[in-house]
Amino acid sequence: MEEMQPKLLDLIPNDRGWGVKGKGREREISGGFGVKEEKKLELRLGLPGEEDWNVNREKTEGLCANVKPSLSLGFFGSQIKQEGLVNGAVQKLHAKSEKQTSIVERKAIAHAATPPAATPAPSNSRAANAPVVGWPPVRSFRRNLASTSKTLLEPQKGASGTSAKFDNSTKVLFVKINMDGVPIGRKIDLKAYGSYDKLSSAVDQLFRGLLADQRAEIGTEKNVEEKGRAIKGLLDGSGEYTLVYEDDEGDKMLVGDIPWEMFVSTAKRLRVLKSSDLSASTLRTTSRKRAATEC
Amino acid sequence: MTDEDEKCERAPAGDSPPPSSDEVFKKVIENVLELLTSKRDRNAASAVCRSWYDTDARTRRDLFIGNCYAVSPDRVVERFKSIKSIVLKGKPRFADFNLVPYGWGANFTPWVKTLGDAYQNLESISLKRMVITDENLMSIADNFPLFKDLSLVCCEGFSTLGLAVIAERCRHLRVLDLIEDDLEDEVDEAVDWISKFPETTTTLESLVFDCVGNQFDIDALKGLVARSPSLQRLRVNQHVTLEQLHQLMVLAPQITNLGTGAFRSETGSMVADPNLNLVSAFASSKSLNSLSGFREIEPEHLPAIYPVCANLISLNISYANLTADQLNPVIRQCHNLQTFWVLDTVGDEGLQSVAETCHDLRELRVFPLDPTEDSESSVSDIGLQSISEGCHKLQKILYFCQRMTNAAVITLSNNCPNLVVFRLCIMGLHQPDRITGEPMDEGFGAIVMNCKKLTRLSVSGLLTDKAFEYIGRYGKLIRTLSVAFAGDSDLGLRYVLEGCIRLQKLEIRDCPFGDSALISGLPLYYNMRFLWMSSCNLSMRGCREVAQSKPNLVVEVIKDGDMEDEGEEETVVERLYMYRSLAGPRTDAPPFVKIL
Repeated sequence: MEEMQPKLLDLIPNDRGWGVKGKGREREISGGFGVKEEKKLELRLGLPGEEDWNVNREKTEGLCANVKPSLSLGFFGSQIKQEGLVNGAVQKLHAKSEKQTSIVERKAIAHAATPPAATPAPSNSRAANAPVVGWPPVRSFRRNLASTSKTLLEPQKGASGTSAKFDNSTKVLFVKINMDGVPIGRKIDLKAYGSYDKLSSAVDQLFRGLLADQRAEIGTEKNVEEKGRAIKGLLDGSGEYTLVYEDDEGDKMLVGDIPWEMFVSTAKRLRVLKSSDLSASTLRTTSRKRAATEC
Repeated sequence: MTDEDEKCERAPAGDSPPPSSDEVFKKVIENVLELLTSKRDRNAASAVCRSWYDTDARTRRDLFIGNCYAVSPDRVVERFKSIKSIVLKGKPRFADFNLVPYGWGANFTPWVKTLGDAYQNLESISLKRMVITDENLMSIADNFPLFKDLSLVCCEGFSTLGLAVIAERCRHLRVLDLIEDDLEDEVDEAVDWISKFPETTTTLESLVFDCVGNQFDIDALKGLVARSPSLQRLRVNQHVTLEQLHQLMVLAPQITNLGTGAFRSETGSMVADPNLNLVSAFASSKSLNSLSGFREIEPEHLPAIYPVCANLISLNISYANLTADQLNPVIRQCHNLQTFWVLDTVGDEGLQSVAETCHDLRELRVFPLDPTEDSESSVSDIGLQSISEGCHKLQKILYFCQRMTNAAVITLSNNCPNLVVFRLCIMGLHQPDRITGEPMDEGFGAIVMNCKKLTRLSVSGLLTDKAFEYIGRYGKLIRTLSVAFAGDSDLGLRYVLEGCIRLQKLEIRDCPFGDSALISGLPLYYNMRFLWMSSCNLSMRGCREVAQSKPNLVVEVIKDGDMEDEGEEETVVERLYMYRSLAGPRTDAPPFVKIL
């Protein structure tokens, strides 16, 4: 799929475009912006476009305010992303303010009407926050590499009994999750949730819309309430659906029985099954495992 | 141009008058046009006059559609009469990093129906980032009796069931490349599709399935390989043990491109030194020039590949957590290596070995073992500096690291003038030059200034508007630009939009660029394939203004969840994806996508 240079001369002199023979692109930078802009760039100690910077800080603040934890129709981690964005902005403010304190702060005081966006919180606090979504830009199958290579050292399946080794040193852990009635599965990052409740709520958000689509007619429902009933009771058997998982020995287990950390280290994939389909045979090994854990 | 047109139209269909020189000229031109294969040449030719347009429409065989929503299937089949191969690309690249919600689109279904009716002779389909279902695969098998080549890259929506149909029914299958796809299999419902290939000799030349995670019958694969004398490329998945790999290599000594799967021997195997067999298999392999896989490598088996290292032009060992000490013996023998993909565990020392050995290197990719912002990384500016000193032919580089300096990047720009692709990812956000504390502006500036052939650029680290000024001023050939967590103001984006005259694909995330910058690019958007902006400072008002001034631009605003605040003009736009299109707003947009 490599794009090659044309072998013949271009038969059309300008960019083909779409009927737009714009001269805009031919403009030189200097011509476009004028001498004034260049002077601005040269004289300042600080960063070019200081005014814009303050406006952006305002906008960033606006961003923080406007962004609310919305119901996600399948895009998990919105909460994480918002935090990431806020902290990204904070980090940037902090980094900049360290380098060019005088100019920025003078401007900030001058524009007293706009309170400084987020007080430059110590950037160290970022480390404690959730990671930014999709950064660094690697595909998801590269994200479990560190954990995969560690588990290589463990004996293969069947060689030892229940290998209760908690390998929680990685930052993300993507596992597949499928739901009855929804043909296409999803992937979620178990490390993004600190507890079963958060996981359950994320599963609800993930599949609620998809399930509603399966049931609904082709009509366009704009009404938020009708977008799908919440999927509740995933963990205690009280709801229409129940969350189960497959552990590293291939056994299917109910989610929620073992401590969260242990669950994260042994769960290999998840399933959302209809509670009515849960039979004694499906979870045959559950009681045995439970007994073993409780001992 | 009009005169020519008239003459073309008046060309007599009858036989009496001898052909005029114009008509002869026209015929000659048509014959010449038919020989054009490059899509750029063809696009240019088709815009000259009606006659050339018609000739192109009649004779074009290879179709490339960089954005599946830019044109409708109906329009395609109406224009082009006889297509043999088609390339379709769907989702924007940032979908790879979970920035595009699930269910966004890029479905192959509307295409397969229309193509199936129109192009009986279709032989080749290549899809990237599209959703293709098992039903679609069945349609391919049913509709195209001459079907030969299927390539699915970063696709999803299908399972081994669909693959089984392809294997079984496409009797002329030559290429089946499944690369980085996300299959939909339930583990206990997977089909052993490898067993479905017909029992006769096949015409298979390439079989790539390392991303298909299911088990299969190894004997079926061995049989298939044995009766595929044309097989050049074979990349297996992680269920193939070293012992089985050896057997496959013996059955297909002509293979040039081998994906080794897990590179792990049978569990608890008591076989007497499988290493010995494998070494001899590699030693006797004269044609092997490309290796990949190594997904679960046992380092003690790595020496088995030593015999082929000198012949290798491509080595992808980027799933193997190996140290420099383990990798050096391999690297030191790869004198002819042109493409090298590796994890950052190779370290600066390992990269030093590369620089000293691989003088023919054209492409280097260094991936992170631990892709998080604050992870430890063993590669830095030092490794990059080494590479620049040893690998002057370098054309493409992708480099993930935590620490970088302007000096190293500047050196690279001076030593590697042939760079076409420069993608540097400093993983920590807003990281400055680790020695001087300065922004990374000068480094990227040097790249665009000195690498005159640069067409693709990805930036990172602490960057001010200055960096974008450089990019706009010097990056005249840049077609693809990726920007993240950079810039100070609208000026940054404006520099790019004003200066990068060949820009086709612009993807931006988490930058302080707002409406006025977006609007400043209005004259250019028809010349671009797409623009992606997420987590910037755009509002609905700005996006609407763009949508209203450019009727052939589809402007998509993508939200998490439902479109609650549709009306409010000041609402921040989380994700903007806009692209030129002849097809108008698409009809398959999900509820979280609003087309302005």
